[in-house]
Amino acid sequence: MIQTIGSSSIAVALALTLYGVVAAVVGVRRRRPELLRSAEAVAYTNFGLLSLATLAMVYALVTHDFSVSYVAQVGSRSTPLFITIISLWSALEGSILFWGWVLAAYTAAAVYLNRERHGSLVPYALTILLGVGAFFYLLLVGPANPFGTRWPVPADGPGPNPLLQNHILMAVHPPLLYLGYVGMTVPFAFAIGALLSGRLDDTWIRTTRRWTVAAWTFLTLAIVAGMWWSYEVLGWGGYWAWDPVENASFMPWLTATAFLHSVMVQERRGMLKVWNLSLIIATFLLTILGTFLTRSGIVSSVHAFTAGSIGYYFLAFIAAILVFSLVVLAGRSQELRSAGNLDGVASRETVFLLNNLLLSAFTFTVLLGTLYPLVAEALRGVKVSVGAPFYNRMTLPLCVALLFLMGVGPALPWRSASRETLRRQLLPPLAAAVLVAVASVAFGVRQVYAVLAFAFGAFALVANLREYGTGVRARMRAHAEGPLTALRHLVAANPRRYGGYVAHIGVIAMAIGIAASSTFRMERDATLRSGETVEVPGGRFALRFDELWALDEPQRFVVGAYMTVLREGREIGRLDPRLNFYRGNDQPIATPAVRTRPDLDIYVNLMAFERDGSSATFRILTEPLVFWIWLGGGIIGLGAAIALWPGRRRRAALMTDPAIPAGKGGER
Amino acid sequence: MNWKRSLVAVLVVIPIVALFGYGLTRNPREIPSPLPGRPAPDFALMPMDAPSSGEEGVSAPSLPVRLSDHRGEVVVLNFWASWCIPCRDEHPALVAAAERYQPKGVIFYGVLYNDSPDAARRWLAEMGGQPYPTLLDPGSRTAIDYGLYGVPETFFIDREGKVVYKHIGPVTEAILTTRIEEILVGSPRGDA
Repeated sequence: MIQTIGSSSIAVALALTLYGVVAAVVGVRRRRPELLRSAEAVAYTNFGLLSLATLAMVYALVTHDFSVSYVAQVGSRSTPLFITIISLWSALEGSILFWGWVLAAYTAAAVYLNRERHGSLVPYALTILLGVGAFFYLLLVGPANPFGTRWPVPADGPGPNPLLQNHILMAVHPPLLYLGYVGMTVPFAFAIGALLSGRLDDTWIRTTRRWTVAAWTFLTLAIVAGMWWSYEVLGWGGYWAWDPVENASFMPWLTATAFLHSVMVQERRGMLKVWNLSLIIATFLLTILGTFLTRSGIVSSVHAFTAGSIGYYFLAFIAAILVFSLVVLAGRSQELRSAGNLDGVASRETVFLLNNLLLSAFTFTVLLGTLYPLVAEALRGVKVSVGAPFYNRMTLPLCVALLFLMGVGPALPWRSASRETLRRQLLPPLAAAVLVAVASVAFGVRQVYAVLAFAFGAFALVANLREYGTGVRARMRAHAEGPLTALRHLVAANPRRYGGYVAHIGVIAMAIGIAASSTFRMERDATLRSGETVEVPGGRFALRFDELWALDEPQRFVVGAYMTVLREGREIGRLDPRLNFYRGNDQPIATPAVRTRPDLDIYVNLMAFERDGSSATFRILTEPLVFWIWLGGGIIGLGAAIALWPGRRRRAALMTDPAIPAGKGGER
Repeated sequence: MNWKRSLVAVLVVIPIVALFGYGLTRNPREIPSPLPGRPAPDFALMPMDAPSSGEEGVSAPSLPVRLSDHRGEVVVLNFWASWCIPCRDEHPALVAAAERYQPKGVIFYGVLYNDSPDAARRWLAEMGGQPYPTLLDPGSRTAIDYGLYGVPETFFIDREGKVVYKHIGPVTEAILTTRIEEILVGSPRGDA
């Protein structure tokens, strides 16, 4: 029954989508508005059909209908309800279904929001959106069909992958990632639509600007949530391992970040048209590549799902998109000449160009490291692995340089800056940077990159805060407003700009958190008898192992250790690291216990224990400022929310911006 | 449309797609070792204790154990640690195989990897002992020589001192039996 509802919804959606692609193309070429209307109707109908299929799957999961193949694969009667619902995305077929649903939602929303718009841009974009949708519905009908029938019906299932049912962030990280990944389809569709329709001005960018910011925000939050998850679950105290699939989510983030900056150059100066189109195409391709890497089993990773024939489908899709995009882009490149030229070397454009150069180099480095093992095996037949040392050596210089530019960019005006402007704008942040560098060295920081990260972090922080400061002061003078009113009006007048500065501050917080926690991390392993105390590395705290406990839950067996955190002999907190033994899995999944404070995290992982409970082995880590990474993620989200905030004065702000002091030329 | 440019685009795409297509045919979890077919690296390691469930009165040998002393014999070398959870799973299989094949002249050794002898002794006591000696590998020199990827790993060495097979992860009784029988049948008896 459920199978029939689910499969037929998807099959009908596929058929309608194929019709919609044809209808949209014919409609726009032959100028047949009724065909275009019908293609738009397909977008709405698909959303309904995919919602129905997704609901059917959730229903099957919740009612433990093990005749449905996906439920038999990931469901189990002993799994708690919440975990059962989120196991929708815990394996291949369900995650593709979820993907298809998100894409259908985006497509319907893109059509609805542009329903008043005339011309051929939207129909072409719709063609692309439907075409991408057709691929995912095809997967759902064929190699990733979640609605297969199991016969005989199993009495119970194995439950979802233990790693995925072990932490609440698994309810957050995958959906955010899908929202980010799939969201990048919309700007891609409009970019290709612009190329196909010949509307090569900024229309496609203005139409998709907020889509890109939204998708970028989801992607950012997804990456931060993924870092947090790996910190809280994997038990080694780290949050980033340059795992191929982490890289796969990071690469489109890098290109999308580059786009968010370079697009301003095109809006402002009419330059970088081909570059912006290429960036958005690259971003979309990298999201598909990421999915391919995750779903095909091509690389070994904690994220890899079981492989099937689906890899070949993705391969064909990647090939088709690559050829199609390159051909379309190549065909139009004559018409995409830049309208403007660089005026001065010291200008905001230059900084944006450098920023794009660095972000592209960054993307290329990560891509190289991710694919190099594959290339080496293909060409030389040897297995190699590219580890953190490669990435750290290659990317740390890029990171500190980007941090530096993040301060220079906002401080410089468009076109060109006079010596006087440079001095006025850059001197205070430079003073802060020097101060912090000297202080870091004085406090014993000897690692070059850590000192540079702190110094440039301070530099960028001061530069971005000063943008607020000058803006608010100018408004207070010009409109006789109080500081808070001035601030509110300033942000409302140009939410994208001031939201961007907030996002910068979030990135700075993350950079400092990452630099500090990776540089000053300390760890020790200790085997303790119950009642014994051990000094936490760093010496400020001690940990007492009180006792071992065990708990039998329906889906797992949990062993934990009660520990007390002591400072100067005084009890100040408790920690209970655990090991979870899931049914049918040999490897226990750890739940490290973390005491998070703004200055220092104490991280304890239970490694092993005596069966009689007399002693246990722990890995104890201290990492400073880890909290700032999560805080930074939140600040970025806040900045993005400001940038996306639909202000009343948005349109007016596009024309003139009275808040910008004369001679300094803000972005519009 | 500019066909030359389009051709270039297609030519750019072909190697990328070919690379991924090749990748799809590979198994990333398969970690090859150059060792099978090669002479096993020799070692001289001190045994931790005498076999705990061996005959009474057998005293612990006080000399280091050398692999080269066992030329002409089939050797099963198992790297393990008390902190390693899969090692618990494979322990009964190793005990059973040792009890079955040691009378037939197959030599079994455990090698302790990154672990303290005390923890290992406690573990062995808890697991009901081990009918063969475990060797200590301070500094993990031998583990490095053998290119250890993790524990457990088990090496099967034939009478000529060559590594015939390497097993990553917990072994089962079926794997042990199959591999040992293959070596016993396949390679000619040296001295005996």
